[in-house]
Amino acid sequence: MSDPILALQQLTCERDQRPLFSHLSWQCNTGSVLQIVGANGAGKTTLLRTLAGLMRPAVGQVLWRDQPLEASASFARERLFMGHQTPVKGLLTPLENLDWLARLQHCQPQVSLAQALEQVGLGPYMDVACSQLSAGQRRRVLLAQLHLSAAPLWILDEPFTAIDRPGVAALEALIERHRQAGGLIILTSHQAVQLDETLLLDLADFPADAEALLYEGEL
Amino acid sequence: MKGNSESNERPFAVFTSLFRREITLIWRHRSDMANPLVFFLIAITLLPLGVDPSRQMLAQLAPGMIWIMALLATLLSLDGLFRSDYEDGSIDQYLLTSQPLYLTALAKICAHWLSTGLPLALVAPLLGAMLALPEGGYLALLLTLLPGTAIMSLIGATGAALTVCLRAGGLILSLLVMPLYLPVLILGANAVTAAVGGFPIDTHLALLGAYLALMLIIMPFATAGALRISASA
Repeated sequence: MSDPILALQQLTCERDQRPLFSHLSWQCNTGSVLQIVGANGAGKTTLLRTLAGLMRPAVGQVLWRDQPLEASASFARERLFMGHQTPVKGLLTPLENLDWLARLQHCQPQVSLAQALEQVGLGPYMDVACSQLSAGQRRRVLLAQLHLSAAPLWILDEPFTAIDRPGVAALEALIERHRQAGGLIILTSHQAVQLDETLLLDLADFPADAEALLYEGEL
Repeated sequence: MKGNSESNERPFAVFTSLFRREITLIWRHRSDMANPLVFFLIAITLLPLGVDPSRQMLAQLAPGMIWIMALLATLLSLDGLFRSDYEDGSIDQYLLTSQPLYLTALAKICAHWLSTGLPLALVAPLLGAMLALPEGGYLALLLTLLPGTAIMSLIGATGAALTVCLRAGGLILSLLVMPLYLPVLILGANAVTAAVGGFPIDTHLALLGAYLALMLIIMPFATAGALRISASA
């Protein structure tokens, strides 16, 4: 067993000074899929944003390759984050949107942008303004990133939202391929995910502990 | 070796691609860009009707009025600067790159100035003619509004980034940036009045330039920090 690539240490996350979950410790290895489950408002999105480095935990820390996220030089290039929002501009075409997303994440594209869009079924819509596409098609523009990215860590917040059934199957296959190639996928989903060897992290197992915050505050 | 040259190029690659994207977006939504300009035109056109159409009176009011209206027109355009980026999650993507956020903020600010400040500055001399601005004032108006609107874009971006996550952000935004706009307004309007009176305006321009340089260094950092705060709120 190698060292865990991502380690969560005694995390307590809060939202508006209300603790969501406490003392969350977990270790993730490469080549695995971690599904975070919990009721609405349990803090799934907050946890994902914390893992992506967009938020800081109230207590505890997240280690990537044994380094805290903020100190890790490589982390920004090694993670791909897809939030539940869709950062796709309606006035731009799927091609333009994807080009921009790929540049921001400086993927060294494995395939061309056009091929990635073909893969997610947007081939005929490449030059149509995104405002004319359906919600699911816009999400697919984001999913095309997954075909381009070389990042080992994928953080996907509700990736199956608005995606039709064949699309879900294709996405599952893609996740499985990434896992077998040694990637780490952390996702949330309210749908049953048809993936082998998915680890479940239930936020209900780490109930909020108001004292964890108080203690930190007194320090 | 290769990795080295790549990391040197990259920040500007993202700067230029964001800048190009912003310009494309603005161009495809031209009516947004016209808003502040139309406000500026209407406000100045109404002035002679509402106050006094005599040339003497207008000439006296012109420098200050044009500056005030340019300032208000800029203010009008600020609220939308980061609004759609916040709502669709683009701000998260800005924060997630390994790029310096300074350059990301600067690209947004440059695009904003090009689409609002620059047109305002270019139209201003024309409006000066409508207000019977005496001859000496035209060049001064253009020369002060060019750096002046750039300063307003820089300061305004920070305010917009700070208030983007608030529901009643527009009002707080105005209160936040207004005090910082005052030196620009005073310097700019004074310079035009001085030029009309035949005095040199080198000092005014130098001070505006210094303010611009200072804001160019500080404000993109402040905007970057404000975006981080807004994204984690």
